[in-house]
Amino acid sequence: MLDTLKMKLYQKKQYIKDIKNAPIKDQFRGLPVLDDRKCSNCGVCAKICPTGAISLNPLKIDLAKCTLCAKCKNLCQCAAIDFSSCYKLGVDSPQKLIVTSKTTIENYKKRAIEVRKEIYSIFNRSIKFRQVSAGGCNGCEMELNAASNANFDMGRFGIDFVASPRHADGIVITGPITKAMAGALEDCYKATPDPKVVVLVGACALSGGVFQESDELNREFLDKYRIDLYIPGCPVHPLTFINAILDFIRKK
Amino acid sequence: MDSCIIKNNKRINLLDIPTVEIEKLRAYLSATNLRPIAFFGSDWGSATKLFVALADDEKGEVILSSSLIDKEVKAYESITKDNYQYHMFEREFYEQFGIEPIGHPWLKPVRKNLDNYEFFSMEGEELHEVAVGPIHAGVIEPGHFRFSCQGEKVYNLEIMLGYQHRNCESLMIKRPSVQLAESICGDSVIAYGLCYCQVIEELSGTKITNKAKIIRRIGLEMERIAIHIGDLGAILGDIAYLMGKEVFAVVRTLVINTMLEISGSRFGRGLIVEGGVNFDINRELSKKIVNTLDNVKRAVENMTKAALKSSTVMSRLEKTGSLNKETAQEINIVGLIGRSCGIELDSRFDFLDEFYCDCKIKPFKATNDAYSRFRIRYKEIIDSISIIKKLLKKLEQFENEETKVELNPLIPNSFALSIVESWRGELVQAATTNDKAELSRYKIKDPSFNNWFGLALALRNNGISDFPLCNKGFDLSYCGFDL
Repeated sequence: MLDTLKMKLYQKKQYIKDIKNAPIKDQFRGLPVLDDRKCSNCGVCAKICPTGAISLNPLKIDLAKCTLCAKCKNLCQCAAIDFSSCYKLGVDSPQKLIVTSKTTIENYKKRAIEVRKEIYSIFNRSIKFRQVSAGGCNGCEMELNAASNANFDMGRFGIDFVASPRHADGIVITGPITKAMAGALEDCYKATPDPKVVVLVGACALSGGVFQESDELNREFLDKYRIDLYIPGCPVHPLTFINAILDFIRKK
Repeated sequence: MDSCIIKNNKRINLLDIPTVEIEKLRAYLSATNLRPIAFFGSDWGSATKLFVALADDEKGEVILSSSLIDKEVKAYESITKDNYQYHMFEREFYEQFGIEPIGHPWLKPVRKNLDNYEFFSMEGEELHEVAVGPIHAGVIEPGHFRFSCQGEKVYNLEIMLGYQHRNCESLMIKRPSVQLAESICGDSVIAYGLCYCQVIEELSGTKITNKAKIIRRIGLEMERIAIHIGDLGAILGDIAYLMGKEVFAVVRTLVINTMLEISGSRFGRGLIVEGGVNFDINRELSKKIVNTLDNVKRAVENMTKAALKSSTVMSRLEKTGSLNKETAQEINIVGLIGRSCGIELDSRFDFLDEFYCDCKIKPFKATNDAYSRFRIRYKEIIDSISIIKKLLKKLEQFENEETKVELNPLIPNSFALSIVESWRGELVQAATTNDKAELSRYKIKDPSFNNWFGLALALRNNGISDFPLCNKGFDLSYCGFDL
C-alpha cells in the first residue's frame, strides 16, 4: 500500500493540460506542405509512393492514402515536398484530404471539420465509441488505447471506448476492412442504436492504404453508410484522434 | 538426407538447394530434433516446390532442403503424426496448395474462415460453451475463441483466426515496400521492417554500413522495451491493479516519444529503409536516449517491486495458465513465451550477430506461469536498456559512416532467409527470385504462428476469468498470424 502511494507521488500529474495546443516534437511528420513552384514534374515521387497518394500537375497529396512515410520527401530533388509537425488532420469529407500547394496549416485546420448542429446538440458532452478493427495492424489500435491513458486522458472530455455496440454512440473503424470482417462490421453497425456516427481512423480505413491492391478486402460498407469523420495517419497519433473528435462534437 | 547449410542473412543460389523425394524428406523431418522455422510451398512450373528450413540453434546454422511435388500428386504422408512441431506448417501448406498431409491429427483451416466450420465440442450434462469474438470488448484485433467449460473451469479452448487476412505474402510480390512490411504487424514495425530489408539486401547483394546496422538494432531494442512495458501495464490492468496499469502506460510514453525523436514516428515507422536507415543518432540525441532510459529503468524497477509486493497481484499471477517445458518444446513454442517456459532460444544470440555477441545476458529462471511471463518481460526490459547503452557506445566508432547506401538490383534465381528476434520472438522471412530477377515467393512466419496453440493449452483447467490474464501474458499477434 505504502509503495503504491509512493509510486503515485513519484509520478506526479502526467496529463496534458491543454490538449488542443499540446506541443509535439518537430520530428513528427504531420500535414504535408507542398510547393508547386519548386516542382519540376519529374514524377519520381508519384512513382515511388507506396500507396499512390501523389499526383502531379499540379502537385497533390491525398491524405486518405498517405502513410506519412516521407519517402517522397527523401527522394525529391527539388525540395517541393515537406512535412510539417501539424497533427490536427481529421476532416469531415474526403475532398478536404487533398493537399495542394495552396493548402496551409491554417486554412486546412479552419475548414477541416464543420460544426453540425445535430451532432453537438446530442454528443456535446459525451460520445462513446465501439471500436472495430477490420484488418488493422494493431498500430492504430495501440494509439487509440493510448488516447485513454493518463497522458492524453480523453475520458475527461467524455470520449470513451465501450465494450458493447449497444452502449455506443458510434463506431470507430481501423484497418482496410477484410472480407472476413465485413460481416461482423456490419452486424456491429446495426447493433448500435440510432442516432450514431461512423469514424474512419488511419490510412488503411480511409483508402485501404498499403493494402489497397489486396484481393482479400471488402469495402462495400463504406459505400452503404454515411461516414462522419475521416482521421488520416499511419498510425493515427492520439492527439490527432482526440482533437478531431473534440472539433466534431463541440462548438468552436 | 541431401541438404545444404547456410547462415542467417545469407543469399544462396536457388539451384544449389538440393531437391529430395518427399518420402525421404518426410523420414528425415519426422526423426530429426532440429526445429522447423520455415515450411512452405512455391509454384514451380506446373508442379509445387516445398521448401523446408530447419534451425540448428547450437551451431547457429540453417539447414535447407526442398522437394518437388508433381501436379498429379495431391497427398503425402503427414509428418505431424510423428513430430508435432509441423502441425501448423502442414495445415498452412494444405490450405495454400491443396496437397493433403494424410494422417494429420487435426487438419482444420488456418486462415480460411468457413461458415459451416464445426468446432471441437464436448458433450455432458454440465458442460457449456462460451463463444467470444471476432469483435472483442477492448480495442484489439479480431479473432474468435470458443471455450468448452464446466462451470468456471475451461476444459478446452479452440482458437479460430483468419479475420485479419489481407494476403500480404502475395502483396509483397506485387508491390514490395518497407511501408507494406511495417504494416503487416504494426506492433512489431522495426522487426518486420528490419527482416524485410535484410532479405532484400541479401537478394541484391547490398552491403550496408555498420552505422546503419547498429541504429537498426537500437530501434529493435527500443521497440522491445516499449512493448514490454505496455504489456506489464496491460497484465496488471487485467487483474485490476490500476495503479500499475497507468504508471506503466505513462512510462511507455517516454520510450515511444524518444522513438519519435529518433524517427518521427512513435512506433519507429520510416526509420529503416532498404540499404540502411533514414535517420542518424548523433551524440546529443544519444545522450538524451541514455537519460530517458535511466529514468525509465528506475520507474520500471520501482513499479514492478511495488506490484509484486502486493498479495492480490501475486495470487492472480502465480500458477495461472502454466505451460510446461516439455509440451512447449513438443509444439515448437518460440521467443518470449518459450523463454518463460524454460526454452532458452533467442535468435539474437543463437545466430551469430556481430553486434549482439558482446551483449550476453543472464539466463532466466522460468516458472512457466503468468508470473513467469510477467518477470521475463521485466528482465528483458532491463537487459535491453543495457544493450542499447552498449550499442550507443559502439555507434561512436562509426560516426563518420553513411547511414544508407544505394540498393543493387535483385540477383536472379536466389533464395535468402532472415531471422530477427522481434519482441515476441523469432520472426522469419524468406524470399526467392525468378530468372527475371523478380520476387517470385515471399514467405513470412511470425512467432505467433507457433505460439497461439500454446495459449490454448495453457488455459486448460484454468478458470475462464483468467483468460484475459493469460491472453495478455502471451500477447500474440492476430495480423502476424493471419498476414
